[in-house]
Amino acid sequence: MITLRKDLDLIANLVEDNSKVIDIGCGNGELLNFLSKNKNSKIQGLEINQKKVNKCVSKGLSVIQGDADKDLGLYPEKSFDYVILSQTIQATLEPEKILIELTRIGKRVIVSIPNFGFWKVRLDLLVKGKMPITSKLNSTWFETENIHLCTISDFTDLCDQLNLKIKQTVTIASNKQKKFSGKPNKSANIFAEEAIFLIQN
Amino acid sequence: MNEEHKKNDCLFYNDPESLLLESGQIINGHDIAYKTYGTLNSKKDNAILICHALSGDQYVASSHPITKKEGWWERMVGKDKPIDTSRFFVICINVLGGCMGSTGPASINPETNKVFAVNFPIITIADMVKAQVRLIDNLEIEKLVSVIGGSMGGMQALEWAASYPERLKSAIPIATSSRHTAQNIAFHELGRQAIMADVNWNSGNYKDKNTNPSKGLSIARMTAHVTYLSEASLTKKFGRKLQDKTDLGFGFDADFQIESYLRHQGHTFVDRFDANSYLYITRAMDYFDLEKTHKKSLTEIYANTNLKFLIVSFTGDWLYPTSENLMIVRALSAGGVDVSFVEIDSDKGHDAFLLDEPEFDVCLDGFLKSL
Repeated sequence: MITLRKDLDLIANLVEDNSKVIDIGCGNGELLNFLSKNKNSKIQGLEINQKKVNKCVSKGLSVIQGDADKDLGLYPEKSFDYVILSQTIQATLEPEKILIELTRIGKRVIVSIPNFGFWKVRLDLLVKGKMPITSKLNSTWFETENIHLCTISDFTDLCDQLNLKIKQTVTIASNKQKKFSGKPNKSANIFAEEAIFLIQN
Repeated sequence: MNEEHKKNDCLFYNDPESLLLESGQIINGHDIAYKTYGTLNSKKDNAILICHALSGDQYVASSHPITKKEGWWERMVGKDKPIDTSRFFVICINVLGGCMGSTGPASINPETNKVFAVNFPIITIADMVKAQVRLIDNLEIEKLVSVIGGSMGGMQALEWAASYPERLKSAIPIATSSRHTAQNIAFHELGRQAIMADVNWNSGNYKDKNTNPSKGLSIARMTAHVTYLSEASLTKKFGRKLQDKTDLGFGFDADFQIESYLRHQGHTFVDRFDANSYLYITRAMDYFDLEKTHKKSLTEIYANTNLKFLIVSFTGDWLYPTSENLMIVRALSAGGVDVSFVEIDSDKGHDAFLLDEPEFDVCLDGFLKSL
C-alpha cells in the first residue's frame, strides 16, 4: 500500500476506478503511480522538467516532457476522463487559457491551488509588510515559480466567468479537510490553506 | 559466408513465398539470417525484436564473426541487463538487403545464377519489416512484447507500430525520425557518391571481377561516422592531438589522431560490409517517410493505437535530434496513444544510444518492467 501526500490523497479520492487520467505537471509521478496501482487508471503525465520525466519513465509511468502553457493544444477534445492540475496553475503564464484547455481535453477537471486568502498569508502581509512565506508558499518572492497566485474566491470567480461548473470542493487547513458540494462557503477563503476543485461541464 | 554464420549459431529462414515490395517489384523467395537469445516460453509471449541500424547486424549480444568484437548492444542485452534474456526471448534479424546472411545485393540471383549487384530491387524500411513479420509468423509468435531499435532500427520500430500494431505490446523507437530530412539524405548521398566514384565499383559488378570498392566504401563510412559523433565528443577524445609524432609532418599523412581514427574506422568497415548493400540500405532510409507511405498524417497513422510507446532522444544527437523525435511524441499524444518520452543528457552524439549512458538503461529497464 502506497501512502500519499495528503492533498494528493484527496485528489485520488475524487477519481473513479478504471479512468483515463492525465496529470499536468506530474513531478516525480507520485500521484500517477498511486492511481495506476490502486485505481487501475490508464495514466499519462506531462512534466516540464526532463529530469523528473526520466525518473517517472524509469518507474514505468507514461510521461512525456511538455509545457502546460504550450502543449495542451496537442490533445483531442475530451480525450481524458480526468485532467489533474495539482498546485501548478499559479505557476503558469496564462491560467485562464489553461483552464479553458483543461475543460476542453477532459470530461472532468481537478485543480488544486494554494489559497492566497488564507489568514496566515493575510496576516504575514499585513503585519510584516512582506511577501508571505508559509508551508505551501515556501519560497521568497524572487525565487518562487508562482507568478499567478490567487485566492479561493478569485478562482471560483474565474470559473463563474468561464461558465465552468464546480461540482465539488475539498479544502484543507492544518491537515483537516472539509468537503463542499459545489463551491465552498465564504469562510473557506480565510480558513483554508489550499483547495481542490472538481470541475465538470 | 552463410556457412560462417551458421558456425556462429546464426539461424536461417528460407522464406519460400514471394515478397511484394513497396516499389511494386517482387522477390521470389529469400533468406533471412537471425540470432536469438534467451528462451521462447510455451505461450510464446515473451519475445522482443531488436532492429539493427544501418551498419549493424544480427550479432546484437554475441561476438561478431568477422571482427571478433563483442555484440553491438551487449551492454543492453543479456542476463540481468535491461533487455533481460532470462525473461525475454530476444530476436535480432539481419535486414533484407543486408550482407550478413539475409538476401541482399551480394546474394546470388536464382534466376540468373549471378550475383544480384545493382539488379537487386530497391527496398524500403516497410519491405524490411514485411520480411521480419514473415519470420515472426514462422516462429508462431502472435504478439511481441516490444520492438526496439535505434536510428534505422527506430524507423523499423515505427513502421512495425504503423502497419502491425496488433502484433505488438509496445514499441521503443530510439534516436530516430519519422522521415529522412534533407540533411540526412545529403550525408547518405556523399557516401553513395564516394562508393560509385571508386573505379573498383565497376557499376556494381565488382564481385564478378573479384575486386572491392574499398576506398569508396571506406570514405562513405568515414563521412557517416562523423555524423554519429559530436563536436564535444571529438574535442574531448582527440582535440588537436597528433598521432605518433611530436610535430606536424608538413604532408598529407594522418598527422592528427582524428584522421588516423577515421581511417581506421573506414578500413575495418570494408572487411565486414558490402558496398552495394550500403547503397541499398542508405537508399531505404532516405525513402523513409511514414506519412507518404501510409498516406496519412502521423497522428492519423497511430490514432488510438493500443500499444505503449517509449521514445528516446539524446541531447547531443544532431543527426536525429530531439526535435525530430518530439514530432513523433506530439503526434502520438494527439492521437490519444500511451506514450513516454525521455531525452537523455549526453554529449556523445547520435552514437550515444550504443554507448554507456546509465540514465538511458534505467529508463528502458523501468519501461520494460512496466509491461
